[in-house]
Amino acid sequence: MKKKELVVSAIQNGTVIDHIPSDKLFQVIKILNLQDGKDQMLFGTNLESQKLGKKAIIKIQNRFFETSEINKIAIVCPTATLTIIKDYEVVDKRIPSLPDEFEGIVKCYNPKCITNHENVTPKFKVLDKQEIKLQCHYCQRITKEETLSFL
Amino acid sequence: MNMKNRNLISITDYSKEEYIHILDLAETFEKEPVQNIAQGKVVATLFFEPSTRTRLSFESAANRLGAKVIGFSDASNSSTAKGESLADTIRTVSCYADLIVMRHPLEGTARLASEVATVPVINAGDGANQHPTQCMLDLYSIRKTQGTLDNLNIAMVGDLKYGRTVHSLVEAMCHFNTTFHLVSPESLKLPSTVKMHIKEKNLKYYQYTTIAEAVDKADILYMTRVQRERFLDIQDYEKVKNSCILDKSMLEHVKPNMKVLHPLPRVNEINTDVDPMPQAYYFQQAQNGVYVRQALIAAILGLK
Repeated sequence: MKKKELVVSAIQNGTVIDHIPSDKLFQVIKILNLQDGKDQMLFGTNLESQKLGKKAIIKIQNRFFETSEINKIAIVCPTATLTIIKDYEVVDKRIPSLPDEFEGIVKCYNPKCITNHENVTPKFKVLDKQEIKLQCHYCQRITKEETLSFL
Repeated sequence: MNMKNRNLISITDYSKEEYIHILDLAETFEKEPVQNIAQGKVVATLFFEPSTRTRLSFESAANRLGAKVIGFSDASNSSTAKGESLADTIRTVSCYADLIVMRHPLEGTARLASEVATVPVINAGDGANQHPTQCMLDLYSIRKTQGTLDNLNIAMVGDLKYGRTVHSLVEAMCHFNTTFHLVSPESLKLPSTVKMHIKEKNLKYYQYTTIAEAVDKADILYMTRVQRERFLDIQDYEKVKNSCILDKSMLEHVKPNMKVLHPLPRVNEINTDVDPMPQAYYFQQAQNGVYVRQALIAAILGLK
């Protein structure tokens, strides 16, 4: 039998975020503010994936996320899975799900929306979680997946 | 019903009972327009883009209640011209007035203003988004001419895609078992997000491309202007601007109770030969705007 090899080494305690589409890696880093983290982090991208073709993976030592933080990732990659590791053992697995409402992350697609002109954090109501439909709290226009752009 | 300090940003902010309350109050102002109940109060009218009807009718309403009016009618006269943020302008004006009435070309500004203001805010139009006081005066005019808001056939004509007054009126009339007759050029049909409200209530709607197909079925014929400023491409505007025009000859076989409404200003979509006809109600409709705005100011300031 062929020996399996880990492309990115294991962590002792922390969180593994797997099945991130490769082109979404940097957005996930930004959404979770990982760029400011002081803990050990491993990033791998363009790794082979049966499900996604190419995927990215993040391993963060000593970091455990709140449900609200995890759910924010669902906007960019609903396919992601989070594995919680304690003492090299998997203790929990979690899947992000879109919240009913959220702030920031995404821009309102309407060029005439006040959030694109003043220093205001956009807020959205999630109308459809499958086909991403986000209604702007301010201008009430609906941003869909094809018009999605990130802050 | 206590509506003191309630913002009015979108027509969906108020319940059916609250609209009815405002319409009932407006009726009392129609009977007795001058009531000095707001003496000592200050109403700020902040118009970041030009408007004749809405601003003057708000100012007239405030004056008839005995309130003083401060404000501006052009953003170049405000400190936003110096680069001040909208939020800062609103916070400052909150210190000077008991109520803010605002219009702004950008969408969502009134909602933002209501979140930073320490006094109530009435949206007098935010771009193509909402214009709830126009909707309230439309409801008032419909109820006044038909004696009821329930079970009516309403034909809406013109720019149903971008026309904010149409969107608000559809949403509001969905409370009253309305049948909608939607007349527009193919490219200006009512958006699916607005039709969603009709479908949610299981109401009927029909779509047409000419006024002739709908006019005889209507209790109310709600005409709108195809607005050039809502088009990104001027050629698209030129293609459709003349497609929905009402003239006197179309009124021959209409229902006896039928009235023509229009939020004004009109350009050419209602021929002037309709003006002397008994169905023409658009100028009285504008008059009703003052009573409705008196009612809103009085209710929001907690005076009625």
